[in-house]
Amino acid sequence: MSRFGHPGLLIGGTLTLLIAAMALLSLVWTPYPPDAIRIAARLQPPTWAHWLGTDHFGRDMLSMIMVGARNSISVGAVAVGLGMAVGVPLGLAAATLGGWTDEAVGRLTDLTFAFPAILSAILITALLGPGAVNAIVAIGILNIAVFARVTRAAALHVMARPFVRAAAALGRGPLSVTLVHVLPNVAGALVVQATISFAVAILAEAGLSYLGLGIQPPAPSWGKMLNEAQTFMAPRPTLAIFPGAAIALAVLGLNLLGDGLRDLLDPRIGKVSAKR
Amino acid sequence: MIGFLARRLLGLGLTLWLASLVVFVVLEVLPGDPALLMLGVDARPDTLAALRAQMGLDQPVPVRYLGWIGGLLSGDMGISHTYAVPVADLVRDRLAVTAPLAGLAILLSTAVALPLGVLAASRRGRVADYGVMAFSQLGVAIPNFWFGILLVLWLSIGLGWFEAGGFPGWSEGLGPALKSLILPAVTLGLTEAAILARITRAAVLDTLGEDYVRTARAKGLGAGAVMRRHVLRNALIPITTIVGLQFAFLLGGAIVVENVFFLPGLGRLLFQAISQRDLIVVKDVVMVLAALVVAVNLIVDILYAAIDPRPKGMA
Amino acid sequence: MIFRPPSLAPQSLALGARLSLAVGALLLALGVPAPTGASAQARDRLVIGMHLEPPHLDPTAGAAAAIDEVTYANLFESLTRIDARGEVIPGLAESWQVSPDGLTYTFKLRANVRYHDGTGFDAADVKFALDRARGPDSVNAQKAYFAAIASVETPDPLTVIVGLSRPDGQFLFNMGSNDAAIVAPESAATNKQKPIGTGPFKFDRWVSGDRVVLARNPDFRDPTVPKLREVVFRFISDPAAQLNAMRSGDVDAFPNIGATETLPVLEADKNFVVTVGTTEGETVLALNNARKPFDDVRVRRALAFAVNRQDVIDGAMFGYGTPIGSHFAPHRAGYVDLTGMYPHDPAKARALLAEAGYPNGIDAVIKLPPPIYARRGGEIIAAQLAEVGVRLRIEPMEWAPWLEQVFKGRDFDMTIISHVEPLDIDIYNRPDYYFGYHGDRFAAVMDKLSRAIEPDARAALYGDAQRIIAEDSVNVFLFQLPKAGVHRAGLTGLWENSPVPANDVTAVSWK
Repeated sequence: MSRFGHPGLLIGGTLTLLIAAMALLSLVWTPYPPDAIRIAARLQPPTWAHWLGTDHFGRDMLSMIMVGARNSISVGAVAVGLGMAVGVPLGLAAATLGGWTDEAVGRLTDLTFAFPAILSAILITALLGPGAVNAIVAIGILNIAVFARVTRAAALHVMARPFVRAAAALGRGPLSVTLVHVLPNVAGALVVQATISFAVAILAEAGLSYLGLGIQPPAPSWGKMLNEAQTFMAPRPTLAIFPGAAIALAVLGLNLLGDGLRDLLDPRIGKVSAKR
Repeated sequence: MIGFLARRLLGLGLTLWLASLVVFVVLEVLPGDPALLMLGVDARPDTLAALRAQMGLDQPVPVRYLGWIGGLLSGDMGISHTYAVPVADLVRDRLAVTAPLAGLAILLSTAVALPLGVLAASRRGRVADYGVMAFSQLGVAIPNFWFGILLVLWLSIGLGWFEAGGFPGWSEGLGPALKSLILPAVTLGLTEAAILARITRAAVLDTLGEDYVRTARAKGLGAGAVMRRHVLRNALIPITTIVGLQFAFLLGGAIVVENVFFLPGLGRLLFQAISQRDLIVVKDVVMVLAALVVAVNLIVDILYAAIDPRPKGMA
Repeated sequence: MIFRPPSLAPQSLALGARLSLAVGALLLALGVPAPTGASAQARDRLVIGMHLEPPHLDPTAGAAAAIDEVTYANLFESLTRIDARGEVIPGLAESWQVSPDGLTYTFKLRANVRYHDGTGFDAADVKFALDRARGPDSVNAQKAYFAAIASVETPDPLTVIVGLSRPDGQFLFNMGSNDAAIVAPESAATNKQKPIGTGPFKFDRWVSGDRVVLARNPDFRDPTVPKLREVVFRFISDPAAQLNAMRSGDVDAFPNIGATETLPVLEADKNFVVTVGTTEGETVLALNNARKPFDDVRVRRALAFAVNRQDVIDGAMFGYGTPIGSHFAPHRAGYVDLTGMYPHDPAKARALLAEAGYPNGIDAVIKLPPPIYARRGGEIIAAQLAEVGVRLRIEPMEWAPWLEQVFKGRDFDMTIISHVEPLDIDIYNRPDYYFGYHGDRFAAVMDKLSRAIEPDARAALYGDAQRIIAEDSVNVFLFQLPKAGVHRAGLTGLWENSPVPANDVTAVSWK
């Protein structure tokens, strides 16, 4: 492992950077507008004009995959951000305050985990209608519970360490102890969890969009492209191969990155992360 | 132990009660009139009113909540609006597909993942280890619906070994019914196996580093015996926990996989019921799924307490 | 009724049902040979694939087309019967007479008819069924069919006299519908789960979520009918899964295949026969005529000029579907081809919009129900309208909210929907109808039509009606929905067209 540095980290970082770069580039340039429908040019194989071919509406696949990367990343980032923004304070409060607060947070996370994520997503979209925002809400709610649980476990672990006990013994208030000593020491675990949650969120978004519950037309999304490809695979199998590969590579990259970071930051953290 | 159990059971009840409130409130505000959907756009107002009354939709909200929850507690899940049969019958029929599917998936994934994980740990840093880790990474990254499609392509249509989907019913005999569940279970088990293999590897590596394992080795116990007697037993604790934690995801995955292979399971029933606004079925199925998850987590907790050789106070 | 509402999980309502890719299609692309039909298929068994599972099997208590697609003519029979061409033929009544004033129908019933549970059939059953359908507790989805009935008398066990309160030209057709199935008092209450009819097949079992099995009724009055021993209806809502099921031999026929782009794949295979027939479904881009800016005929005409109909048919239906220029099925007598009235002309569309006071275009929402034609058509139309400055926000929805918001609540700008009832142009004469159109000229034509009897005169009036709504550009008329079906080679007797929702397999056999 040492001779090659960390191959997982390297591969993961490279994949993640590539996907991110593609998404960023799509903000300023795509080969074609991703929603330009040209029925006459539909179902073309990969050519010089269309590197990845065209879909059943004659849209350029490469452009759609580029913008799809942006959409996937946005949904994932906001969902994970939502999970952290709410989940981390909840987890810290549960760990430091204990008692009734701990019980309440534990109950809420239990409640969330009692519903399979896809079930919550289905119910939420049945309620609010399908759409990117609702997909974010559905994935975000799950992440709140994940981050609350991970933060609590990591914080309890840190709080048992002598320097934190010493600080508390010296009369520092719980808020100060939490912010000064606990939070910085759980940050590593949170970064790792964020990377992995990001991968899960991308997979979840793909699944929801595939079910027709996520990102809505005309905005492109990898999951939706797979859905649309399903009956056109006879003339054009690449329609399903490229978006599927994009999903798998993005998730693979983020997971490898997360694992690499974990190894770098603290080999012991892995034990508390509630992966997936 | 009794206190621990009582506390756990209380927590379970509380979680389920909260879940029932959430589900009921969500479905109360769900748009769409089930009576209109059943009778079509040509239905006359009096016909609609008759059907709404028949469905009990004309009663006040608290009465309906209490009626529903009271029925559940006494084992009465109500009558499906669309199928016009007791929901309990529907759930039983569909559970007879989903439960074996989930069970088979757990069985398959554990059977594959445990040996792989142990192998990787005992060959740490070597080719076998990298191979297992690569499998694990890919297994997590590949969307399971995609994997299911490839399986159908290869084994059903290419080689003709399995039907492309569907479920003949248990009345057709154990063989055909089980056979129709194999591909779905493999699909469902892939992600689980990938995660479990990795967890197993980590758990075994962790235990290998513990003092008592080193002591056992130092005492001259063979590698195989150490692995069996000390390492595996202790590694089973985190593995069991993860299997339990994964159960919710497994059920969620089953909902998806049932659709890939068009199996008549609980997940498909739920989709249909939502689109039909068969609210009583939605409520009941969601509660059944939630109860399954919560119950499995409880069992895991109890197993945890039973397996864990270390003193209490950790859980 | 204008269109059949969904029964269970209309295609994309079965959210996850999309979750499978066209493996069969990929397979073809990869050159893997398809299994031949030699899967030891006994030649007296038929497996029919259906899109949707029926909620139950009582046609007198639900609007779901899937109920009819299992039970019509196979399990249940009505007084009259609709054949494959849409003609009224004898059913349980072997003959009938209509009084000159059109108010009294005397039906002569067949003798030797028994229900599947062994109970006999006679005039009392007919009276029971009709009275039940029109009674106060009726939950019949087509209660209007029975609204004109004033009395039902049974002078003898094989004669039924139905008195009407007003003439009803559709009465014999309606009495042939599945909603008018003659159910028995002994079994009416339990037909939803254990249907008991008089047809050549009887109910065998229902594997909920997967299949309904019908078995030959050995006691049927005509020993030569049916030719099949067993008919299995399997419910597969996902288009890709449908293709797989056909190609793997799991299913013998899909009378209505979900995605027309799979047809070329099947057509290229000599094991399969693809039939493209007609339906009564006029597919339209419906506009809310009661709401600004669609109350302005110039705006509606602009939209008609902006839409490229052929691209919609190619993109949404893979080319299957006949263009229409008004609300009338091309195979019906009286059809006028008006597809040339608004040729695709974006410049003209922009000019009309500017003239109507919208030089900067329009922002609107298009609400799309689940069928593929609506979802795909909506995306294409949104792109086409964008070219003339009409910016659409696409809002896909399930059937339940669509019915509530669009159809009942009339809270919409645009939608895409297929109106599948036959000869339903009269919906444009209902001011309270969801698209909110009213025209005095049209009302006058409809009034004349209701009194016209001579076929030529009726056809001419139908022509006028088509022209008026096309000139008013009430909706943007897109195409006639095809009945695109596929079955294994060697199967005969399936309906090619779809005059009523049904899979009448009483005459089906294997060669």
